[in-house]
Amino acid sequence: MDAAEKISVEDEAVDKKIFKDCSKIAFYRRQKQRLSKKSTYRALLDSVTEGKESTRFQIINEAAKVPLLAEVYGIEGNIFRLKINEEAPLKPRYEVPDVLTSKPSTVRLISCSGDTGSLVLANGKGDLKCHITANPFKIDLVSEEEVVMSINSLGQLYFEQLQIPPKQSRATKENEEDTSDDTTQENQEELGLWEEKFRNFVDVKDNGPASIGLDFSLHGFEHVYGIPQHAESHQLKNTSDGDAYRLYNLDVYGYKIHDKMGIYGSVPYLLAHKLGRTLGIFWLNASETLVEINTEPAVKYALTQMGPVAAKEKGRSQTDVHWMSESGIIDVFLLTGPTPSDVFKQYSYLTGTQAMPPLFSLGYHQCRWNYKDEHDVKAVDAGFDEHDIPYDVMWLDIEHTEGKRYFTWDKKRFPNPKRMQELLRSKKRKLVVISDPHIKIDPDYLVYAKAKEQGFFVRNHEGGDFEGVCWPGLSSYLDFTSPKVREWYSSLFAFSVYQGSTDILYIWNDMNEPSVFRGPELTMQKNAIHHGNWEHRELHNIYGFYQQMATAEGLIQRSKGKERPFVLTRSFFAGSQKYGAVWTGDNTAEWSYLKISIPMLLTLSVTGISFCGADVGGFIGNPEAELLVRWYQAGAYQPFFRGHATKNTKRREPWLFGEEHTRLIQEAIRERYALLPYWYSLFYSAHVASQPVMRPLWVEFPDELETFSVEDEYMLGSALLVHPVTEPKATVVDVFLPGSSEVWYDSKTFAHWEGACTVKIPVALDTIPVFQRGGSVVPIKTTIGRSTGCMTDSPYGLWVALSTKGSAVGEFYLDDGHSFQYLHQKQFLHRKFSFTSGVLINSCADKRGHYPSKCVVEQILVLGLKKHPSSVTSHSPGLNHPVDPGYSGPGVVSS
Amino acid sequence: MLLVLLLLPMCWAVEVKRPRGVSLTNHHFYDESKPFTCLDGSASVPFDQVNDDYCDCKDGSDEPGTAACPNGSFHCTNTGYKPLYISSRWVNDGVCDCCDGTDEYNSGIVCENTCKEKGRKERETLQQMAEVTREGFRLKKILIEDWKRAREEKQKKLTELQAGKKSLEDQVELLRTLKEEAEKPEKEAKDQHRKLWEEQLAASKAQREQELATSAFQELDDDMDGAVSVAELQTHPELDTDGDGALSEGEAQTLLGGDTQTDAASFSDRIWAAIRDKYRSEVLPTDLPSPSAPALTEPKEEQPLGPSQPAEEEDEEEEETEEEEGGEEGEDEDSQVPGEQPKETPPPVVPPQTVSPTEEDKMPPYDEQTQAFINAAQEARNKFEEAERSLKDVEESIRNLEQEISFDFGPNGEFAYLYSQCYELTTNEYVYRLCPFKLVSQKPKLGGSPTSLGTWGSWAGPDHDKFSAMKYEQGTGCWQGPNRSTTVRLLCGKETVVTSTTEPSRCEYLMELMTPAACPEPPPEPPASGNRDEL
Repeated sequence: MDAAEKISVEDEAVDKKIFKDCSKIAFYRRQKQRLSKKSTYRALLDSVTEGKESTRFQIINEAAKVPLLAEVYGIEGNIFRLKINEEAPLKPRYEVPDVLTSKPSTVRLISCSGDTGSLVLANGKGDLKCHITANPFKIDLVSEEEVVMSINSLGQLYFEQLQIPPKQSRATKENEEDTSDDTTQENQEELGLWEEKFRNFVDVKDNGPASIGLDFSLHGFEHVYGIPQHAESHQLKNTSDGDAYRLYNLDVYGYKIHDKMGIYGSVPYLLAHKLGRTLGIFWLNASETLVEINTEPAVKYALTQMGPVAAKEKGRSQTDVHWMSESGIIDVFLLTGPTPSDVFKQYSYLTGTQAMPPLFSLGYHQCRWNYKDEHDVKAVDAGFDEHDIPYDVMWLDIEHTEGKRYFTWDKKRFPNPKRMQELLRSKKRKLVVISDPHIKIDPDYLVYAKAKEQGFFVRNHEGGDFEGVCWPGLSSYLDFTSPKVREWYSSLFAFSVYQGSTDILYIWNDMNEPSVFRGPELTMQKNAIHHGNWEHRELHNIYGFYQQMATAEGLIQRSKGKERPFVLTRSFFAGSQKYGAVWTGDNTAEWSYLKISIPMLLTLSVTGISFCGADVGGFIGNPEAELLVRWYQAGAYQPFFRGHATKNTKRREPWLFGEEHTRLIQEAIRERYALLPYWYSLFYSAHVASQPVMRPLWVEFPDELETFSVEDEYMLGSALLVHPVTEPKATVVDVFLPGSSEVWYDSKTFAHWEGACTVKIPVALDTIPVFQRGGSVVPIKTTIGRSTGCMTDSPYGLWVALSTKGSAVGEFYLDDGHSFQYLHQKQFLHRKFSFTSGVLINSCADKRGHYPSKCVVEQILVLGLKKHPSSVTSHSPGLNHPVDPGYSGPGVVSS
Repeated sequence: MLLVLLLLPMCWAVEVKRPRGVSLTNHHFYDESKPFTCLDGSASVPFDQVNDDYCDCKDGSDEPGTAACPNGSFHCTNTGYKPLYISSRWVNDGVCDCCDGTDEYNSGIVCENTCKEKGRKERETLQQMAEVTREGFRLKKILIEDWKRAREEKQKKLTELQAGKKSLEDQVELLRTLKEEAEKPEKEAKDQHRKLWEEQLAASKAQREQELATSAFQELDDDMDGAVSVAELQTHPELDTDGDGALSEGEAQTLLGGDTQTDAASFSDRIWAAIRDKYRSEVLPTDLPSPSAPALTEPKEEQPLGPSQPAEEEDEEEEETEEEEGGEEGEDEDSQVPGEQPKETPPPVVPPQTVSPTEEDKMPPYDEQTQAFINAAQEARNKFEEAERSLKDVEESIRNLEQEISFDFGPNGEFAYLYSQCYELTTNEYVYRLCPFKLVSQKPKLGGSPTSLGTWGSWAGPDHDKFSAMKYEQGTGCWQGPNRSTTVRLLCGKETVVTSTTEPSRCEYLMELMTPAACPEPPPEPPASGNRDEL
């Protein structure tokens, strides 16, 4: 047993005392205290200047001696941006770089001053306006004469301007007025201006207090979503009687569910939805952030008796969202929708779309901490073939390295990593290994020595390399915020540098919150120093983002720009979708964690991160066979599909739970593989059109109030509704099938129902309740191979589910599955299927693409035909022949 | 058996035409001249739909040579090696599954035919295995014979021991009677001796008390009127009963039993006992043999506060057991230093002045006759105990033998030789130790105490092969986990040796033990070894 194990942070239940609640956060206390003494800001509208890009004006309050500078930008795609900063801060305040994909194109706003004391900024068409009121300072966002959002209407604008440290003066003061100073000192501690204590840690703040805050009132909205990552419901809850939602990336082993504490990643982006409108608020700040939600529901009214329009008028509901950050500036983007799809596009216009994953990464991943050695890997790999279970990726956790020195191999356990990879390659499978941001302090470890020599580590407050304890023992942490460090780190993945790596090896970034075992809240001290002399507090939440960025870049570079990377990260920020996949960290093998995985993933999905998943089976603890089966069934319909387990759990490869359970798991995984063409097409849509892969019902049915709070089922794309079984010994599940004009088909029994009803679906242990929406076409693979690579040439099928009008449409995307040729050489196929009046037409959806494929569509399943077809013919240029229809039941035809 | 299988394709494979992926045994179901009926009888299709890359049969039997059916099987002939069925979904998937490469006929990859090489290796291995099995099985037969013999011997010894046990039991009973008989006079003599001594002791004690009372009376009787009055008693404020530090008239009168005065006789009879513990002599009692009395009030309560002194307690116990009533006196020794026994725990040096009382209090040695009785009884006791011990030893041997004889050492006792043996395997970090039918342990190579990986539980092979594995359970508990346990897989080998130890699941160990006892009976020698070369 080595040192790392002794300092392991494992504990079955999370010890909440390690982590702060709001009352322990000084900037929260300060804002609460000051805001209780109302001191309102007013805008100096006579100071308005119209720059090339933005409209600027000053805002001031009595307490602040110096005015603040506000800037309003109009951005392409119906986005407004509001920046508030000090006009001339003592030193520059941190503005988050590298998140916005490029400098957003601004559109000129036309200012038409209203009455005195106000200013109106309108977009070109004039359907969107910012109505700025001078005193008290307030901004109303007006869309088609409706005020949809007000900023600072509650007067919670808060901005601590940088001050000169009172060090000298304080020291002398204390000497002189030793006795009278007691209360102030106590107060000082309470406010934590220059020093903040938590447990045994003291955060010395050289820059003093610098926190900011602002409120947003969303008129007529009762449903807000987003701001991952929390183990919470999809719809955000009212925080008025408890802690605010905290965004602070932390390593919380076995996190508690239904809790608002911050866990591994943060996306400071909130969506609001009501009938007829969806909005987004993107608060671009990487310091510790708190979000308070207060929803005032509408007057109670009976839904059934009123149409949506009436409900809209009657409901004077409002949701107030109060953002508070420890540092930085106010830089907020208002995404005005109006549809969910528009908001997704607006957000991805700013932060980028989901990276197009290599096809293999949509297959099943097999992980464990740890597969012991090459022999173990070989045996597990063989186990999948022996039990005829498809899988694509074998994973190796920290134990594969020489003493947790990343980029190395344990010579005894993995003497020949290339041979091991060749074995996997022979079955067209891949290998993923871990690479964490902490680097073992060991002068003989090349990565450490090189980084040390070049000053590539985060520095501590005193100026030396930051040192903290993690898996390898005492370690230093690479400063990924530096472009030079990222460039160097990327170069470590070159085949010539990374000994034992091959082109089927991909990377997993873990512990990148960053996790520091003996640090405050198990992370880095906030006064550690990064590139550009920025304190860690300014950018804590974006540290993990940068590691994944550098890793993905490294994998692209090693292939000379040809191959798509795959990188899984635990920590993330807004925009992480550009670099790969995210998972929900160290969950537990309990039914409640299976259940919460759905809202957690839905929240990630609507905030841009489509490629997300939860450890199948639960990382901590031993799942009973039934839970494991149900988890595989749920995971098969979630974007990132990986089984994982911690060290001290029993082995749980799919075949270890008896024949029956093996079969059930095999079936669930095979269902995943059958649907891969659909998954891949959905990811393409996420990649090019910003539409999430996994969608909450409200996204697909934005006009149906009943869908707004649903989180036990969801849509996969627009065609499949999935309601995973998450209860033990379930015999029936209540499935809500939305849409009064919809028809839904059970994907196995082909039974169908009219929409807008809740149906009781009997379930056996082999049932995964999945329903195809009438009017959709889903492409599938008809035969399942042992890995995605082995299925390249296997034939396709189409599930055509007819709408009430007897028609259906769907899309299909195909490319080589691994390279960037789809992008650079347009080597792809994007087809569109439409079925009307008994004719299914396969047409081109994107003429730019072409990609030769040997594949054929061998089976077309039509659901919802009113009568048995008399004949089936197939037409294609120069080919015309009859096909024998197989009619396998009412309304079901396959050919 | 293997040879037959290998020979079959040899003879006919070339001749018989059959659709791709169909085995010889099934080829007659695929008759080109007739429509094909699915093997499960579910449908019938024109023969040209066999292997047309479209799945017609529910059981996949119309597409044995393509990947069209999700549940079909493809048959590889694998000439030179073993024929094999693979999932038909693996046909043309770019992975070579059949050693003859026939599963990849249209995937663009070329599979090398490795059957010959594999066949050769397989035969080598089989040959080796067969050799090992033969030798192992020979040894196993010896082991079985050995055990048969050993078992008979043990049985014989058991019978002997059982017979011996009977006579031993009788002897024990006899000696017990003798012992009891010898103990009777011993006890009587000792009791008598003790009684005499106790009487003597009591008399001297009473006399001492009387003396003390008399002298106290004389002291109190200030006016020498032969009576102690209330006033006279009041001169001794230490006799205060209500704790106010003074002896009031009323208190004094109460002490005097309600009277105003008392004479010498009733003083020593009734009153002395009540006040003696508090009474402080006016003259330092240099002439009194034991000044212990006054101090005697405190020690009992104070003792628990003082540091306990095992040596002293032992002394006390010895004295108490030997002298019984003398215990009180024994404690007096301690009371010499009651309150001042501080933290330093001074050794219980007996103060000089207490030497004489102690000696006085000691029981005088037994007289000659009593001692003779004691000696005789002791001898009888020794003899009895010795016999009892040998009986226990015999019983233990019987138990062990019975256990060993009745132990399940396999169908023919072939595993018996492992009993009371231990085998070790040293890995990078640990030394693993297997003592079959007893325990498994793991000890760090660089020192440290061993960890139990389980104690004998049961045979744990599958039902048809129960003796292929052993299970050891309830080892040391794992942190946040189960108790460690070990499965020992038994493999046929010429020697007995632990070949590997792994931990496939946390705290669940797997050990492999080679032993001739696990060798199956080898098939009869092939008639002609030349055949093999033809393959």
